Amino acid sequence: MTPDSAAGPTASKGTIRVLQLYPREMNIYGDWGNALVLQQRLKWHGYTPELLEYNVGDEFPEGVDIILGGGGQDSGQLVIQDDLQSRAGLLKGMAEDGTPMLLICGLYQLFGRFFKTRSGPVIPGIGVLDIETHGTDERLIGNVKVTTAEFGEVLGYENHSGQTTLGPGVEPLGTVAKGTGNNSSDGQEGARYRNIVASYLHGSLLPKNPAIADFLIRTAVERKYGTFTPGQPDDRFAVLAREHAARRPR
Amino acid sequence: MFSLSVPLGKFVRRVSRLRGGGSAFPGLVVEKIDPGFMQRTLSTLPHGVAVVSGTNGKTTTTKMVVELLESQGLKVFTNRTGSNFTRGVAAALLGDVDWRGRLDADIAVLELDEAHAVHFVNRVPPRYSLLLNVLRDQLDRFGEIDKTAQLLQHIASKTTGTVVLNREDPRVARIADTLQGPEVLYFGLDDSLLGTFPSDDELRAGPGSPVPAVPERPQADVVLRRVGADDADFEYDGGTVTTGMKLRGVYNIFNAAAALALARSICGSGAATADSGTLLKALSEVAPAFGRGESLTVDGLPLDLVLVKNPSGFRLGLKSFPSGGYATMIAINDNYADGRDMSWLWDVDFDSLRAEGVDQVTGSRAYDMALRLQYDEVQIGAVDTDIPAALADFIRKGKGKPKRVFCTYTAMLAIRRELSKITTVEVVS
Repeated sequence: MTPDSAAGPTASKGTIRVLQLYPREMNIYGDWGNALVLQQRLKWHGYTPELLEYNVGDEFPEGVDIILGGGGQDSGQLVIQDDLQSRAGLLKGMAEDGTPMLLICGLYQLFGRFFKTRSGPVIPGIGVLDIETHGTDERLIGNVKVTTAEFGEVLGYENHSGQTTLGPGVEPLGTVAKGTGNNSSDGQEGARYRNIVASYLHGSLLPKNPAIADFLIRTAVERKYGTFTPGQPDDRFAVLAREHAARRPR
Repeated sequence: MFSLSVPLGKFVRRVSRLRGGGSAFPGLVVEKIDPGFMQRTLSTLPHGVAVVSGTNGKTTTTKMVVELLESQGLKVFTNRTGSNFTRGVAAALLGDVDWRGRLDADIAVLELDEAHAVHFVNRVPPRYSLLLNVLRDQLDRFGEIDKTAQLLQHIASKTTGTVVLNREDPRVARIADTLQGPEVLYFGLDDSLLGTFPSDDELRAGPGSPVPAVPERPQADVVLRRVGADDADFEYDGGTVTTGMKLRGVYNIFNAAAALALARSICGSGAATADSGTLLKALSEVAPAFGRGESLTVDGLPLDLVLVKNPSGFRLGLKSFPSGGYATMIAINDNYADGRDMSWLWDVDFDSLRAEGVDQVTGSRAYDMALRLQYDEVQIGAVDTDIPAALADFIRKGKGKPKRVFCTYTAMLAIRRELSKITTVEVVS
């Protein structure tokens, strides 16, 4: 069970720069897991990962190949609010350009058009995704199973009180087979737009859904180097963890 | 007032214990037939009620406070069963009151789960409260840690005498700003130890990210200055004392500072005059509560059970119990009491296990744990979701080595049950 046997001693096929957005404020519920999975799988596919952070007030790094955004407390969302708005143009440009991004929970919401809080005030999003979110009293909590065309069955855990509805400009990530997803009415979970995968699912999402991790990696590598030659990561534990997770109660 | 509810409740308690039933059920019965029972009984105590709450360390801290107060000659009522909600308190009361409902105690020291504590303090305002920390734990139940902080704030606001706060947990320390009535005391850490207690907000500041400067902090009543292999330095009353410690784990010893602050406050306020010598002696003799760094004996060698419930607890557990020379097992369940969300495992670094590997991984989420270890490049001996089988295999293959088991709450209960068949496991009544 050597985890990185696939990487071998051969020379790196290239460097991929992965940027975590606001890891100080927006990293609750194991968002680090997504960064770690990209870092390790890049290695196992034979590439050199470079993990970067962007926090409030930082200079935005050059040459970012993959963007990761996580969830946060309501208080965390307030702290990053102004800084995120100041980067709206840049992030929108990268998204339109096809930069692969994974947006979970809080930053999924803030990449949308707006978040209307339960108490009234509307927090503007940065409008990368054609979605809107409304705060509610109801907290949607529990294990989730989503059926997707692109990534097969997606497994995770949701914990949110904002309910999101998709506009015509985005596709859902999939339809919910167990759990609630974006909102308590339409049975959809997450959003897909260009090379963005957005979702409410923690778990963390990428460890048990390596198909999504490899999509982000393949897309980033192809954009940078033209072709992607995959390695052979050992996904035996991922397969078993998926089987067991799928059987756990809500 | 003579009421039938007490004899009836005691009878139910006796019967349900004979059946080996749950510890809280008789409490439910007495609460139903006599809703005023708990409040009435506790209000008779000369020194009132002290509530201990927070995410991590409630059980061990409560145990310490009780033993510290007993060392000062106080008679203490407590909810020893770890049944830390209102019904559990009522059940424990039933065990201790006489048949006429009188409680022979000077003070009650109660461990209460954050959410249940809120209901409890609405009915029985405590004279003292000790608020330990707000960490990510069972978020699926409370929603967010800011929400948990609000629960603790509510406990503090209902406290009539003294609130003891963790100075180093920003969400807890901040509660002081909202209080008008009660006196506020802090327990704290030496600057040199702050790094061993990352708050959840700093859990994953990437390597190389700047360490935030230590902000100005209020004066603490008790400060933990140093932790040694089997002793620790505490500072209070302007002096520093060194005392031996049976407790293991930095976080347990930090909670000893918390217990000391609360006990000093209680004894200083008229119950007795706190005697530093006997307090410290009692502190040095406190043994860990069950499963909290408890050491059992298997095949003549120690087997340590380390309860892990949330990322910071797991990180501190790994730090406090280094793996060198030990056979290691990790048991992760996802039952309601453990929390269903596995995300927390990804907020723990397992690098420290890389050198020796993990011999056995078990629990309903064994494969989630194995996957987590794989991504930290930690070698794994075997994975089996069945706890009894995995434990037997672990003990067989680990012969001749001391053992350590990191386990979630319900996994710990299952492991203790199995171990009680082959070794002496303290029976918790």
